[in-house]
Amino acid sequence: MYEILTGPLLWIAFAVFFVGLAARVVLYFLGLDWRLDRVAYKPHMAYGLKGAFRSVYRWLLPFGTYSWRAKPIFTVMFFAFHIGLVIVPLFLEGHAVMIRNGLGINWPAMPQILADVLAIAALAGGLGIAVRRLVLPEVRILTDFKDIMLLVLILTLLASGIIATYHTANYSFWITLHVLCGVIVLLTAPFTKLSHIALFFCTRIQLGMDFGIKRGGMKSNFDW
Amino acid sequence: MPEGTICNKRPVASREDLDALLADSNGKKYYAEMEELDVDAEKLWATIQKTMKSRTKTWLDICAHCGLCADSCFLYSVNGRDPKQVPSYKIQSTLGEIVKKKGNVTNEFMRMCMDTAWSKCTCCNRCGSFCPYGIDMGVMFGYLRGLLHSQGFVPWELKIGSGMHRLFRAQMDVTVEEFVDTCEWMVDEALEEWPCLEIPVDKEDADIVYMINAREAKHYPEDIVEAAILFHVAGENWTMPSEGWEMTSLSMFAGDWEACKMQVDTVYGAMERLRPKRMVATECGHAYRATVIEGPYWAGRPDGKPPVECLHYVEWVAEALETGKLKIDPTKKIKEPVTLQDSCNYVRNAGLRDCGRIIMKHIAEDFREMAPNKEHNYCCGGGGGFNGIGRYRKQRNVALKMKREQILATGAKFVIAPCHNCWDAIRDLEEEFEIGIRWSFLKPLLIKMLVVPEHLLPQE
Repeated sequence: MYEILTGPLLWIAFAVFFVGLAARVVLYFLGLDWRLDRVAYKPHMAYGLKGAFRSVYRWLLPFGTYSWRAKPIFTVMFFAFHIGLVIVPLFLEGHAVMIRNGLGINWPAMPQILADVLAIAALAGGLGIAVRRLVLPEVRILTDFKDIMLLVLILTLLASGIIATYHTANYSFWITLHVLCGVIVLLTAPFTKLSHIALFFCTRIQLGMDFGIKRGGMKSNFDW
Repeated sequence: MPEGTICNKRPVASREDLDALLADSNGKKYYAEMEELDVDAEKLWATIQKTMKSRTKTWLDICAHCGLCADSCFLYSVNGRDPKQVPSYKIQSTLGEIVKKKGNVTNEFMRMCMDTAWSKCTCCNRCGSFCPYGIDMGVMFGYLRGLLHSQGFVPWELKIGSGMHRLFRAQMDVTVEEFVDTCEWMVDEALEEWPCLEIPVDKEDADIVYMINAREAKHYPEDIVEAAILFHVAGENWTMPSEGWEMTSLSMFAGDWEACKMQVDTVYGAMERLRPKRMVATECGHAYRATVIEGPYWAGRPDGKPPVECLHYVEWVAEALETGKLKIDPTKKIKEPVTLQDSCNYVRNAGLRDCGRIIMKHIAEDFREMAPNKEHNYCCGGGGGFNGIGRYRKQRNVALKMKREQILATGAKFVIAPCHNCWDAIRDLEEEFEIGIRWSFLKPLLIKMLVVPEHLLPQE
């Protein structure tokens, strides 16, 4: 099972992930329409890009926006969750080894202790987000089956990875589960809400341009 | 019933159509007919396929359902944090469902969408700035309003409103003759106090063309003469067009995009005809947004800009005060605590947050900011057409509570509201809750505080 998952299937999953997300990004920008969106993108590109940069930058910064500051607990959970999910998979020693062996490139890795801290923080953040989703009526009303499944998938991915690192007794079970979740994430990302991995930047850039060009960006900067 | 006699998918095309709507008291017959109106699912879906591209489609698609938009919405807050008032829920359960069902929705569903689109969202766009993805529910509700309008599911007053724009190029039945007469009459009234005052109509190549909200011509013409006095004192070379003077667009509230284009084409026509250097807009948020921010797109102008540079009244006043064109007598500055209402339409949606502060610096000794303010300010409670729809008066009155709390928290009893719609909402707020406040546009205040040059005063 593990061999199949880490063999050709993994490479197929990566291909689906990268090609799929790239396609969604390209289609997103191709589908923008100054008449329908009512934003004159091209004639005021400089203002647009300035607005886009500001909006992406401020939203990537913890507490960088009014909205992040208004919800500090959520913000901490959110960034713990997302930082762990982005950084750890890329620079975990175990993953770096796979990349080095698979692609023959000298991939950097982070110290195990840092990876542990980030992964555990991500798990805690994710659990917090899940609890919040179930407890707060304003979030519960929005929650559908897919949201739950997505959270279960990501939390399982994180937990199995952490357990596999430390509980060598059932290592092969946990690592197989971990890789399986990882493969599912890669395969489904372009077709589910996980597509926000790429589309976050697209929609943020778009609204940043909207504010930068049309909604006053030429008079004063929108203070996110 | 495919179409009713007054509630139907056809826009108002004649005086008879308009009179039939106006004759229907409170829209009783109109809403009764609406209950029988057929939904043209095929046309609805075709429109969606043609007009819902990247932006709206992706917004609906990737919403993370995180609920971060909930607290951004004043209607959610003032309605006891009702989960059904969460912006994301409101749009997903209306537009989202129409898209999911490919337009195959029932009459009852469309009426629910209408109630949601016009009584649970003022298109203030505050939620959009709280969403990590930048999903702007206000924009989507604007889009939904357009779909609903095309199917005849639009509040009675707004069908009348956009009909007025179609017939009169104004939100009220004010003709060119009536408008010019009103200007002349108002100047005659003021001449005793302001010798040499004039309202130059259709003067070509002036520095400023001044444009207004039709309600000023119809219901408070003193506002026009106040503007004239201020231009007069500031020494501006200005004019008003006899045709194309109306900047508002109830059709924008109604989602009647065709009427929006008809309206704004008339306004731009006046600019092109008179070739002023700049346009100054009256104290109205939605008029500014319609003519300056959205208008260029309705008119199909690729640069997204009107034919001449356009200023909102707060911009002109701030500039006139800063450059000394208008001088304030320091002894006449407002002494009592005073607060300022930021209009969503020209502050959050047009970047004019600083002008109000510049003006307050010149005219007020104890200016108190509302919290939150500037681009994070809350809607007055009556935006997006909410103020004018009888069917939703109860909900509108609840919506005023946020502004009541904000004003009370400043400790000020006096509110400056340089926006018609906000002015109305604050007036209604006082009527509804009696918190002992007063409110004002800028013009009458400025006139009281001005240092008037000797030669402009009446000779004894």
